[in-house]
Amino acid sequence: MARIIVVTSGKGGVGKTTTSAAIAMGLAKKGHKTAVIDFDVGLRNLDLIMGCERRVVYDFVNVINGEATLNQALIKDKNCSMLYILPASQTRDKDALSQEGVGKVLDELKKDFKYIVCDSPAGIEKGAHLAMYFADDAFIVTNPEVSSVRDSDRMLGILSSKSRRAEQNEEPIKEYLLLSRYSPDRVRLGEMLSVDDVQEILSLHLLGVIPESKSVLNASNSGIPVILDEKSDAGQAYADIVGRYLGEDKPHRFIDEKKGLFGKLFGGK
Amino acid sequence: MSLLDYFKSSKASSASLAKERLQILVAHERSSRNQPSYLPQLQQELLEVIRKYITVEQDAISVNFEQNDTQETLELNIVLPDHPSKFS
Repeated sequence: MARIIVVTSGKGGVGKTTTSAAIAMGLAKKGHKTAVIDFDVGLRNLDLIMGCERRVVYDFVNVINGEATLNQALIKDKNCSMLYILPASQTRDKDALSQEGVGKVLDELKKDFKYIVCDSPAGIEKGAHLAMYFADDAFIVTNPEVSSVRDSDRMLGILSSKSRRAEQNEEPIKEYLLLSRYSPDRVRLGEMLSVDDVQEILSLHLLGVIPESKSVLNASNSGIPVILDEKSDAGQAYADIVGRYLGEDKPHRFIDEKKGLFGKLFGGK
Repeated sequence: MSLLDYFKSSKASSASLAKERLQILVAHERSSRNQPSYLPQLQQELLEVIRKYITVEQDAISVNFEQNDTQETLELNIVLPDHPSKFS
């Protein structure tokens, strides 16, 4: 049975597209046929993060409008044959996506794919609404920062009341917390909300912590999902997250700071 | 706790301030999230009716909706001005 995952946050710039690209690649690398869809109509960027921007011919809206078939629009990833990308349209027409159209495309994808990752746009407008509407699981990407935490909570409210599962009184969407751009050293200094703080406020199941990392910008610069940078901390964090999501028992990492010699001599605990 | 931490802990950290503010805000927003969607309009229309008879400010009227397992309560609270009535 196919599962639809929405990657959402409410707030912009917290790492939704980075996360969508990384987890879609992670699931595909584990041998699951995966599609990742960009719902940010008008501001598509997933293609750039996935490094397939020059291979976009048809997009999501073309498929909905019947101007292209799904197979024509899906782009096969250059690094992994189990991964396909459905890019967003660059149209400025906000109503280009319809609930009926999105539902049809997802139903068609479900026949062929194991996981369908929906990269939500920021905000709570139509694109964000449609990205989460059909979801089975929600990955809430949150930064340890007040506005991001607040918006995540707002998004949780929307997931529990405005989704298909909520409207049809089905089992609710499974919600997972992904805490990104985390700096353990700033947490220790009392300058940043800790994992425990954020979990306590949002009462969400923690799927993983992604540390603030230079490798994320390097990955997006080169159009290669950061999870493929297996040496990097962020890449490993995403690999752990994919493993945990698939039911593997992986202890949490990147919550405590790496200690150098100086830290060992002068740091606490 | 290291010696460095000892000196740092003298003032409240910004993270604990953030947590405190968020806890209050999130609790407030969650309670208003469960309210029926007609509540703001109901509040507005009630205010209009009351204003036909008494001069009251927008913030002098509060509508509270509470929900527990067995019942829903709608509480309407109007603070009357010290010098009432346009028409008396």
